[in-house]
Amino acid sequence: MFRNNYDNDSVTFSPQGRIFQVEYAAEAVKQGSVVVGIASKTHAVLVAIKRNAEELSSYQKKLFQIDEHVGIAIAGLTSDARVLSNFMKQQCLGHRLTYSRNMPVRSLVDMIGSKAQINTQHYGKRPYGVGLLVAGVDDSGPHLFEFQPSGMTEEMVAFAIGARSQMARTYLERNLDKFKTSSREELIEHGLRALKESLVQDRELTVENTSIGVVGYVKGDKEGGEEKKKKVEPFQVFDGQDVQRYLELVADDKKDDKDGSGPQPATVADEGEQMEVDAY
Amino acid sequence: MDHRPQAWGRPRDDVYGAYDGSYLNNSGPRTVTQSPVVTGTSVIAIKFKDGIVMAADNLASYGSLARFTDVKRLRTFLGTTVIGFGGDVSDMQFLDRHLEELAVDESYEAEPTIDEDDQEAKKASQLNAGNIYRYLQKLMYQRRNSFDPLWNHILVAGFDSASKPLLGSVDLRGTSFTSPSLATGFGAALAQPIMRKYAATEEDAAKLTREQAVGVIKECMKVLFYRDARSLDRYSIAIVTKDGIELKEDEQLEKQSWAFAERIKGYGTQTV
Repeated sequence: MFRNNYDNDSVTFSPQGRIFQVEYAAEAVKQGSVVVGIASKTHAVLVAIKRNAEELSSYQKKLFQIDEHVGIAIAGLTSDARVLSNFMKQQCLGHRLTYSRNMPVRSLVDMIGSKAQINTQHYGKRPYGVGLLVAGVDDSGPHLFEFQPSGMTEEMVAFAIGARSQMARTYLERNLDKFKTSSREELIEHGLRALKESLVQDRELTVENTSIGVVGYVKGDKEGGEEKKKKVEPFQVFDGQDVQRYLELVADDKKDDKDGSGPQPATVADEGEQMEVDAY
Repeated sequence: MDHRPQAWGRPRDDVYGAYDGSYLNNSGPRTVTQSPVVTGTSVIAIKFKDGIVMAADNLASYGSLARFTDVKRLRTFLGTTVIGFGGDVSDMQFLDRHLEELAVDESYEAEPTIDEDDQEAKKASQLNAGNIYRYLQKLMYQRRNSFDPLWNHILVAGFDSASKPLLGSVDLRGTSFTSPSLATGFGAALAQPIMRKYAATEEDAAKLTREQAVGVIKECMKVLFYRDARSLDRYSIAIVTKDGIELKEDEQLEKQSWAFAERIKGYGTQTV
């Protein structure tokens, strides 16, 4: 049989110029259940499908609060996400202590980006097997970032990672123009619709398997005629019965999409298939 | 003859005596900058209706010698915050370079956003006076805890994240507090009582006009020049408002009158 000789560590290139360990790590992200994130002018939301290992077990958490103003959604190895999450928590706390402000989300994401990249360039290390969507607000407004095990980070208007996330991304691309001006509730609704797109047949969003995370700005009250600084609505995760009212918002549109832009067949065919590797 | 190779080529103990290595002994605390050398005297500042006025003279003393007479002790940060330094001048220069580096790093970090043309958001994401105040406090306290303090007393003026005027003080131990009027060094004894007459509380300060505040500061600078022997009649004055900073670095003390000096008795060469 053919064996791939170039995937033993993350410092060796294949003759085609690929680093397989990094690609495998990206595969691990695709194994995780889907998470969707969207940012508007006032809010950033994360929605996720939780999975349970077996019927009798509880559902694995997908959304985590990092600091008052930041939360993450994870897809991939939960234990690797824990390391990143603890690191991010520490950085945010340290920044708050030394500067007395919310850590800018971009600096935070850049830090985990650099941290993850180092793992792809040192012998004996391995990349993190987890992808993140980081949602947060700082002094420059709400932000959504994507993080990949390769160390790549990118600011997004809306994005989805995890198993079958292409369907969700297709939905997001179709509705891209609406997000910027969407309200908090509309944003959650869009997130859930995107999530629905990527569900396998016969699966549904339930109060058990759906998680919603919201962070944003609430309008500060006017004081003495002078406009006060916008107040941060801290990152909050809704689970269980708390997501019921949001699920009801999107319960009816399974068949008939009201925009007429109904679900289209997935454009990417190779997802979920065996990835192609060099063999020598 | 000493046959030990390690002794060859070295001064002979029987001729020169044993080598005294004590002055090479580096154990014990580091003693550089453990006391100020070239120093600046008071910095004073007062809040008014829509900002803060700060002033400090342009003198750097070497002990009682008026060594440098054109040292600017008010520095600006990102065009929104004024920082006034009293105390050691070399430590001030260190802090100035450090803050400059911080400003550059910050500008790079705050750069690209998804909404490129949102200048307001860009400005809001930069470090404000409240952030700098906290940062300096942590820095000074960290240095004092490593027994290598930065020998300064610093005033920070600008606007906090709620866009309210902020005037804060940080000393070489990291002690920090805010007040409607603040003064470092001799100013704490000589100028502070005068400023308190005009702005005892935040409410009083909020009633002061810009002209009144500048007047108070000028009056205080004059009193300081009269009574502080380490001061100068050339000074810098900065006015911080929402529109930015007006910094004048070569002001001359006006309308001096030394008539009162004749009546001062009790020291010096006088016999009566």
